[in-house]
Amino acid sequence: MNVFAAAASDGDIYVAQNIFFGIIAATMIVAALRCVTTKNIVHAALWLVLVLGGAAAQFILLGSEFVAVTQILVYVGAIVVLFLFGIMLTRASWGDDENTAVEKRAMAIVVAVLLLVVMGGALIESFEDTRLVIDQPQRTATVSDSIFSQYIVAFEAVSVLLLAALIGAIVVARKD
Amino acid sequence: MLLNQFLLLAAVLFCIGVYGVLARRNGILVLMSIEIILNAVNINLVAFGAFRDNVAGEVFALFVIAVAAAEVGIGLAIVLLMYRNRRSIDFSEADLLKG
Repeated sequence: MNVFAAAASDGDIYVAQNIFFGIIAATMIVAALRCVTTKNIVHAALWLVLVLGGAAAQFILLGSEFVAVTQILVYVGAIVVLFLFGIMLTRASWGDDENTAVEKRAMAIVVAVLLLVVMGGALIESFEDTRLVIDQPQRTATVSDSIFSQYIVAFEAVSVLLLAALIGAIVVARKD
Repeated sequence: MLLNQFLLLAAVLFCIGVYGVLARRNGILVLMSIEIILNAVNINLVAFGAFRDNVAGEVFALFVIAVAAAEVGIGLAIVLLMYRNRRSIDFSEADLLKG
């Protein structure tokens, strides 16, 4: 694929970034594949941690430290723990998940591969070798200024959404 | 670095997540696949934000993270309720509304 050849010959300044990108991307893809194919559900949660941590590393490569730190805090710190509690509370799920019909899985593979071909083709077609120049990391002050001025309405909407989800989860899961 | 290497990584992760949603039957594993999909979207948002040198990409990535947290909370509550009522979290058995 000429994209990766172009990435390899990308001048001298981004060599280290490209090497790290390759390592992290390969780790993420392997971990995501294991996460959706492993039989043991606890192992799936631990593979998911690897995917989420890899995404945080990619954010750092892109110069977005604040998003990377938030990713670690919210995903690895909260969401994965929530998943593990969910696994513990539903004991039926400890076993495996592997009586899925073969044809169902084959159809899922066909859909995923077709989607990948279409999206990959469109991306390679439209952004062939557009360079990504990151001369300095995005400052957290800029992000927070933007959230609390330009996007204040969206921010408040997300706050209300989180509150509603919190109350909704309690109401749904309550025993009575 | 190329913009496309990040976008293609996100596309691959998105497709793996779609495969997980379609092929898995265990409710918790379906929710995990949805998390992979949302992460792929976040990589896209941050990559385009860095490409255009615009802070909006990061801001909306943060919003997506918050919405994903809300979604997992509600989703796990529903899965828990399903387990309590049917002793099973197999999504292919949840066909009460099927015509």
